[in-house]
Amino acid sequence: MVTAEDVRKIAKLADVGIDDSEINEFTNQCSGILEYFAVLDTLDQNQPLIRERYNILRDDEVLPSLSQEEALQNAGQTEKGYFKAPRVM
Amino acid sequence: MKKLTFHPDDSVHAFITTIPEVTYGDGPLSGVTVAVKDNISTKGIETTCASKILKGYIPPYDAHVVTLLKNAGAAIVGKTNMDEFGMGTTTENSAYGPTLNPLDHQRVPGGSSGGSAAAVAAGFVDCAIGSDTGGSIRCPAAFCGIVGLKPTYGRVSRFGLIAYANSLEQIGPMARDVKTLSNLYSVIAGHDSRDATSVDKPYSHTPVSDIKGLKIGVPDEFFGEGVNPNVAEVVRQAIDTLESMGATAVPCTIPSMKYALSAYYVTCTSEASSNLARFDGVRYGPAVGTLKSWHDAYSDQRKAGFGKEVRRRIILGTFSLAAGYYGRYYQKAQTARQMVRDDFERIFRDVDVIAGPTMPDIAFKLGEKSDPLQMYLSDILTVPANLAGVPALSVPCGKVNNMPVGLQLIGRYFEDERIIDTAYAYEQGGA
Repeated sequence: MVTAEDVRKIAKLADVGIDDSEINEFTNQCSGILEYFAVLDTLDQNQPLIRERYNILRDDEVLPSLSQEEALQNAGQTEKGYFKAPRVM
Repeated sequence: MKKLTFHPDDSVHAFITTIPEVTYGDGPLSGVTVAVKDNISTKGIETTCASKILKGYIPPYDAHVVTLLKNAGAAIVGKTNMDEFGMGTTTENSAYGPTLNPLDHQRVPGGSSGGSAAAVAAGFVDCAIGSDTGGSIRCPAAFCGIVGLKPTYGRVSRFGLIAYANSLEQIGPMARDVKTLSNLYSVIAGHDSRDATSVDKPYSHTPVSDIKGLKIGVPDEFFGEGVNPNVAEVVRQAIDTLESMGATAVPCTIPSMKYALSAYYVTCTSEASSNLARFDGVRYGPAVGTLKSWHDAYSDQRKAGFGKEVRRRIILGTFSLAAGYYGRYYQKAQTARQMVRDDFERIFRDVDVIAGPTMPDIAFKLGEKSDPLQMYLSDILTVPANLAGVPALSVPCGKVNNMPVGLQLIGRYFEDERIIDTAYAYEQGGA
């Protein structure tokens, strides 16, 4: 159902990393699970997606929230009151 | 404020964190000891979801249920072990090691709220809070011989519950008897504007044991292939007992059960792949390396921080939502989910509650279920209630091989009261 290359690609997309030593295990397990999911394929594809749950949103007004210190208290690294993240470029 | 001390002899590893000195106030739960699953935020108390990726995380706020518990005078004495982020059926998928079943240390307590169930069953606490995405309250309740309720979706606020699969999960009460469970539930149910799916249906019921005239649906699929015949027999006897109290049992069928497990796993892994994207070591958890490029930094961080089952589910969910596969997996899972809802709606036109086993078997031996798909298959009887959002509970109804069996009772939307009454009747008259 899925190849080792598929699993490598998806692991990369999802940023979960994957080792060469794990690739066969993950590929076999995911293939087995997707094979089980194939029963869904017997259902009519053209049914519209039904949304039975709706968010109930409050009015957009400013309410008390976390302070900057509280928001930053669990951060691994901060700089000048900001979160510090890996470089993008 | 009053004080109590808490030093359990935790030989079954029910807790990740215990609170040796607890203060509590007055209220309906004054001095009642409560254990809280470690995926529910507790201000100032480490909350890890049993994951390395949240090691050291101290929430700056309380979950809504924790606020309600404190206001009711409850003594929150610890945070309980679980399958990492709720992903598992045995509590073996914890980064901090498995919890043991208090009734047999060679066996699992069930999961994912296994620590909460074990803490209650071992007598460490009066009651506990768990969360149930696909059976995570009912399974460990059944395996440990206690009572556990997954409320109707929306009845308990999920604010402060660290999300795994939002559309499926509910926080719920666990206790050794139905009355204690009912008392705990009356404190945690109710509307909260900070959960956009919260419904204004408080619970203020006192269980009554009169079930005369109750109509019970007994689905064929709950007693079929894959269900241990001895477990099925014990549950059939429990239903006979309910009949002897004035209820009537009628057979029914849930044809959508054929698709339910697949629909559940496609939906929960898809939601997990999105929800767990936030764990990158920037805002919480062990710090991410900021010198590497961001994909490398996040991949390394998440590979080291997540266990294998979590990474497997993120991969499956990312796959189900990927361009080219979405229609085949996610969309069809939602079609199947609607079929499950329709089946319940049809059955509940004729019956008041549905009864069957909670789990297809008794508690597994530690390490017995090593293949992920085999583990998933054991959730087949609990996931339908989560897909539909209806309330469901597990109440002990006998033993097989000296291990407890759970009777599962499923109710109509917002009729949690009725399944609680049915469980209470059974507990009073059947045990």
